[in-house]
Amino acid sequence: MTAPLMAARAVHKSFGSLEVLKGVDLDVHPGEVVVVLGPSGSGKSTLLRCVNHLEAIDGGSVSVDGELVGYERRGNRIHRLPERRIAKTRQQIGMVFQHFNLFPHLTVLGNIIEAPTGVLREPKAEVTERARVLLDKVGLAEKADAYPRQLSGGQQQRVAIARALAMRPKLMLFDEPTSALDPELVGEVLATMRDLAADGLTMLVVTHEISFAREVADRVVFMDDGMIVESGKPAGVLDRPSNPRTRAFLSRFLPAGAGSSA
Amino acid sequence: MARNVAPAVDAAGQRATGPPEPVDVAHAVPERHPMRWVATAVVAVLAAQLGHMLVTNPNFEWDVVFRYLNTESIGRGLWVTLKLTVIAMVVGIVLGVLLAVCRLSGNWLVRALAAAYIWFFRGVPALVQLIFWFNLSALMPRVSIGIPFGPEFVVWETNSLITPLLAAILGLGLNEGAYMAEIVRGGLMSVDPGQTEAAQALGMSRTRTLFRVVLPQAMRFIVPPTGSQVINMIKATSLVSVIALSDLLYTVQTIYNRTFQTIPLLLVACVWYLVITSILYVGQSFIERHYSRGSNRNTPTRFRDVLKIRRRPALPPTTGEVPT
Repeated sequence: MTAPLMAARAVHKSFGSLEVLKGVDLDVHPGEVVVVLGPSGSGKSTLLRCVNHLEAIDGGSVSVDGELVGYERRGNRIHRLPERRIAKTRQQIGMVFQHFNLFPHLTVLGNIIEAPTGVLREPKAEVTERARVLLDKVGLAEKADAYPRQLSGGQQQRVAIARALAMRPKLMLFDEPTSALDPELVGEVLATMRDLAADGLTMLVVTHEISFAREVADRVVFMDDGMIVESGKPAGVLDRPSNPRTRAFLSRFLPAGAGSSA
Repeated sequence: MARNVAPAVDAAGQRATGPPEPVDVAHAVPERHPMRWVATAVVAVLAAQLGHMLVTNPNFEWDVVFRYLNTESIGRGLWVTLKLTVIAMVVGIVLGVLLAVCRLSGNWLVRALAAAYIWFFRGVPALVQLIFWFNLSALMPRVSIGIPFGPEFVVWETNSLITPLLAAILGLGLNEGAYMAEIVRGGLMSVDPGQTEAAQALGMSRTRTLFRVVLPQAMRFIVPPTGSQVINMIKATSLVSVIALSDLLYTVQTIYNRTFQTIPLLLVACVWYLVITSILYVGQSFIERHYSRGSNRNTPTRFRDVLKIRRRPALPPTTGEVPT
């Protein structure tokens, strides 16, 4: 297989005395969709936030496209990068949040073009055109001039996806993108994500949507208590979990005996 | 109870056994507020009394008030007051934003310096600061730029450098900066941290995140208290009369010291202070509308829309596609 696009090695992270990540190793290869499952508090969201350095890691390393995130090797020593350089790394990594985090004072179009024009200094006309294509792709072409609060949660999340894509990221991180949505709005967001996966976008997804993992994921990773306890093809992990903790977690989502259906 | 209702249904319709008549509250009798009428009467009597006093009490000397209202010297005083308010407020707001950012900085030295500034300039009365700056020459006869403890390149006599106007700007502006810092800091902290995270995840620098994402949203919380600060500042400028700067109040004082028409001339000052604050009040509501765009499902989003509503209050605001 090719070199991994994202490689986490022995990642440790603590909040005060609470150790949230206890040495996590994870590779995401180009074009791959990796879904991280696990009970709340297992450290899966923290792992995601360490990938784009929203949280600084305490040990181990994270690299994206062969470059360390947040650090740099000079000779034999590892140096911490200044904020400005970290921002540069983040431009290649898109992120979608549980609570969308759209900028409420900007229109939908304004949200999408803000970073490409302001950060990448791309011409506004070009970015606007790209933004309209993206909006069309997520099915919201007619909402370009609306403000985020005038949209439903599912629409806001699709705008957030378009906003992240406008930076043309190499890797997309999804942090429980459907957890804050009303049940009837979950489908539209998952459908958008399914399209992106079909386009070959590299995605690292934290979610509780088992069916999404089953259909879309190339690989499912199960985390518990700050460690990856099981990893493999969705069919294997979801239907024949070898780890008792995976089994206990999945039993809460799947009716008894559902494991044999696939 | 039930027996009272049953015959009514019988009388209204032929079908005594049918479903009860549907109730429509559209033409219900409105709630009565007898105490409101009593209160209105009391206030009307008091207002009449006040009006009567204003008109009949000769000590107001309204003719003198109207004679001085538009004189050139009052106009010059008014201009000084306005100029000082604007400059001191601009100094205060710029300093306030800088200090607020410093107080939220990751660098402890920067944080401590900002906190010390706010502690000092909020703690010392503005009047004392004014007099202090005015008398700076007593502390430092000369001001110079050069290498610390080394040679000097440029030297000024403090007395010629610190004019009453500069002393007033320093005294009021530096003091205002401390208050504005706390207002801006409160505004910045009221913005959801998720906004900063989203901006960072998009690769924005800290400065860009502040000016494009956080500050515009914080403005909604910063503008109303800043409006109060501007009104306070207009009135605080009257303190400069102690350093002989001829603002509105000082001009009025100069005149009544000569003519002994104290009350009517103070009324002239009151009228002008009220006129300015009224204009500011209207301006503030426009600024608030501007920064509340997107914060509500149907607030007008542009000044143009606000004007439209102001002109035709009967029409509902039409923005976007959200029905009102």
